[in-house]
This record gives sequence, structure tokens and C-alpha cells, in this order.
Amino acid sequence: MKRETYLNAALLLILLVIPLWAQSADEPFIITLTTRAVIFAIAGVGLNFALGFGGLVSFGHAAFFGIGGYAMGILAYHAQTYTPLMEFPFVIEGTKSMPVIWLTAIITSALVAVGLGALSLRTSGVYFIMITLAFAQMFFFFTISWPTYGGEDGLSIYIRNDFPGLNTMDPIQFYAICYVILLLVLFFVYRAAHSPFGLALSAARQNEDRIQAVGQGPYRLYLTAYVISGAITGLAGALFADLNRFVSPTMFSWQTSGEIMIFVILGGVGRVFGPVAGAALFILLEHQLGGLSEFWHIYLGAILLGVVLFARGGLFGLFAGREVAHD
Amino acid sequence: MTDPILDIRGISKSFGALKASNNITLDLHPGEIHALIGPNGAGKSTLIKQVAGGLTPDSGTVHFAGQDVTPLSTAARAQLGMGRTFQISSLAMEFTVLQNVVLGALGRRGDVFRFFRPVMKDKQLLEQAHTALEQVGLEDFHSFRTSELSHGQRRQLEVAVALTLEPKAFLMDEPMAGLGAEGTQRLMGFLDGLRQRAPILLVEHDMDAVFALADRISVLVYGEIIATGCVDDIRGNPVVRTAYLGEEDAA
Repeated sequence: MKRETYLNAALLLILLVIPLWAQSADEPFIITLTTRAVIFAIAGVGLNFALGFGGLVSFGHAAFFGIGGYAMGILAYHAQTYTPLMEFPFVIEGTKSMPVIWLTAIITSALVAVGLGALSLRTSGVYFIMITLAFAQMFFFFTISWPTYGGEDGLSIYIRNDFPGLNTMDPIQFYAICYVILLLVLFFVYRAAHSPFGLALSAARQNEDRIQAVGQGPYRLYLTAYVISGAITGLAGALFADLNRFVSPTMFSWQTSGEIMIFVILGGVGRVFGPVAGAALFILLEHQLGGLSEFWHIYLGAILLGVVLFARGGLFGLFAGREVAHD
Repeated sequence: MTDPILDIRGISKSFGALKASNNITLDLHPGEIHALIGPNGAGKSTLIKQVAGGLTPDSGTVHFAGQDVTPLSTAARAQLGMGRTFQISSLAMEFTVLQNVVLGALGRRGDVFRFFRPVMKDKQLLEQAHTALEQVGLEDFHSFRTSELSHGQRRQLEVAVALTLEPKAFLMDEPMAGLGAEGTQRLMGFLDGLRQRAPILLVEHDMDAVFALADRISVLVYGEIIATGCVDDIRGNPVVRTAYLGEEDAA
């Protein structure tokens, strides 16, 4: 328990110190890199809610990441071209306001998660993995063949969206936004993990007979977890699109789903801060190994193999030991 | 006589040509322990699953607390007050002992869709959980991880969780299995008093325990109830002797 708390604090501190140092050393690229890590961490924390706490191995979280991305892309695109999003039955204008975009991303992802979850959760095990993958692929191919918003080429947004009182084009200020959102998401997930819902969800994951014997159906628990999970990953998608000022179908690709899953596995499945460590390590490897070779994924694969074979609990399992039951 | 809490009416269930349950009629009255015995493969587990939920009978109904629960899910039946313990311990193994019992109390209270309050600091749930643990004698182990418990302790924990549900009736599938002599004695004493709080449908292999505890005994053989009666009736019943007790003696 204690060691895990230290590790959590250390992670948050590192993510605070690095960009501040980069700011003073005038290294904006490092800030952008750390921003990527933080956004990926949010996506991973989202997936971990379903995968780690609910045992729902979703291989299709790119669907929500992409929906968040396109929520930003579409709204901002209409704002920058001064065209309404739709005129019938009522007019919806585009927007450059981040809070509105985030809310749209969260709500849209959550609604889609209700639909996908209701269907996917009728299956389990390997079928659940495949059906979630299939749904994400549907979004991928749909956006590729949707010319209105750039099709395969994606959408470029020229100026980053607005947040009241901040200059979002300044890397450190945009980083601050992402970091605070990560903190809020972590706070929510930590509370939820220790809440009545967290206990029931974890029990359902461990033993469905048990949760039924105490009078609760696992399906509703899983669906709720899946929706919360999708909403968080969707929010990360909106931030990611804003970071790059670009959205493309790649956000929906199965590689994206795989990467989000890698954050969770590298960091430690079912540990609240696990994906933060996982995403940070991923970015570090991408940066360091990416300089060595274009095929740096080979090394990533080897490391992932090592983690799965020898350190099942990921970084958290390695450094903080087996999870200690909640107090 | 009072109305039965659990009333199983003419249940049949076949798997292909095998009649696992053949027109079974059985009831459970307030204040009694009704034991269900039968040799291996008699269909006891199939029957329990149809009563607790998870397996729908081909024909016949299960009434519980005055309501037809045949179409209801396992969870809904538990909500109505069926406290079940499993033949093979079915607990959340990663949880502490206390967490498992708190889970029971939480399930009973029903407000699982709360996302902010720490559940392990909920005074009401903790109080119920500790009371249940004390009753089964597991209080000293409350901070143990469930997977660290011995087989017998897990059985006790199953009973403790069932207690937190404040059930109207208990369905216990071989609660004494693997307990050892001392544990069995202890649990027997506990169940003896428990019947006043809620009646128990007890599936059990331990004949001594059944004869010592049960108010009534039903004997299930090849999916059929061949006899129901008080301890002396069953002991003296020649059909039961040849079908069940005889086989045991011969074996």
C-alpha cells in the first residue's frame, strides 16, 4: 500500500518536473512529448477501468479515442470554415471552445459505449475481444470513406482550440490543461475503485457466481464500467487531436487499440496509476528507440514479452509488489 | 401449519435422455432444517441450480416467499432473500475476508451504483460484516486475503457472506465438506441455532450431521425424491436403505 502511494506520487512529480525543466531549458519538443505521454495515460486509465477493474479485455478502445478525436475535429472544422454543423431541425454551430469539445467527446463516447457495450457484453472471453475489435474497425473504415471530413487524409485544424484565460498554443499552458485533466481523471478513478461500485465490479470480475449470489447482476456492472471507460478514453482522444491539431482515421486503427492496451499492460493491469507509468515508458521507448531504428517496435515487442512473461503486474507489479487489498 | 417459504412444485429437467430432475416436489417451512441427501449423480446440484437460479426447469415451478420465482435470475432470487452457499467455494479470492463479507452486506443493501464514497469506510456495512464474521468465528482473520484461507475457513466465510444477506432461507450445498471433525461440530452447532432465523435447505454428504441436525430429510435418487420424512422415518425406510444407505454400507 505504502510503496504504491510513493510510486504514484513519484510519477505525478516526474510529470510535473520534466515539462517545467524543459520550459526553462527552452525545449518545447520535450514538453510536447510529455503532453503526449499524459494524454496517452488518460486513454490508458480509461481502458484500465474496463480491463483492469472489470476484466473486460476491450481490443477496440480506439473507437472511443477516435470518436473523441473526431468530436474535436468536426466541431473545430466547422468553426474554422464558418459553416454550421447542421441546420435541420435546429442549427448547431461548430466551436473552438475546449470545454464544449470535451463535453461533446465525453457524451458521444459514452453514448456509443452504451450501444457497443450492450451488444459486446453478450459475449465474453475471446469473442468479446474480437467483437470490440470489429466495432472499432467499422469506425475506421467508415471515416476512411467519409469525404466530408477529409476521408483518408484526415482533418487539419490550423489553430488549437481555446480555453478561457489560457494561451493554448503555448506548449506549457496546453500541457497544464492536460495534466490537470489527468489528475481529475485519476482522482475519479481512484474514488470509483474504492467505492461500492468498484467493490462490486471487482467481485464480478473475480467470480460471477459470487456477485449473483449477493443479489447483483454482473451485466449492469460491466456495462457501466465500459461506458465510463469509453468516456474517459474519448476525452483523451479529444485532447490528442488538439495536441496534433489533426485528426485522421489512424486514431480508429487497431494499432491504436493495441497501443492503449500496451500502456495498461506495461504499467500494471488494475492499478489506478498503472497506465500513467505505462504511457510514460512507452513514450520514453518511442523517443529513445525511435532514434535508433525505424523498426523500434521490435524492441517494444521484446519488452512487452518480457513484462508478460516475467513481470505480470507490469511496472507497478515490479516496483510496488502485488496489489494490496483496499483498506 | 405455516405456509412454506420455499415451495418446489413438480420440477423436471432433462439433459438429452438423462432425467436429472424428475417431478421433484419439495418444500421448506420456517424454523426447520430440511436436508437433501442422495448418492453421487442423484441430481442434487441440478436441483439446487434450479432453485437458486441459473438453470430453468423444463416443467414445474419454484415458489419463494409466496412468489413464483421460476423466471427470475439468480441475482433477483438472491435479492428476494435466498442465501446460497456453494459446494465449491465461490468467493472473490483477491479480496480480503472482510471485503467479501462487506460485499454481501452491500449486495443486500442494493446501492452498488455509487462511485465516490469509500465502501470500506461505510460504518453500517462494516458493522454487519464484523457481526457476521464473529458469528462464524472468522473475526480474527478479517484482514487475511481470501486465497490464504484454508478450505474449511472458506466454507465458514461463505456462510458469513450468506448471513449478511439476511436471507429468508438458506440454500447450503455441502457446507461441511472438507471441514474436519472439529469444524464440522462447530458449524453444526451454529446451523442448529440458525434455523430459528431462517430455515435451511441443506444438501449434505455427512450422514451423522444430517441425522443430528435435520428436522426432515428428503432422499434423491436418480432425479427422483424416493422419500421425505423425519429422521426416524428415513432411517427405517427400506427403500432408502437399499437405494442409498445400503450402497454406502456396501462401499
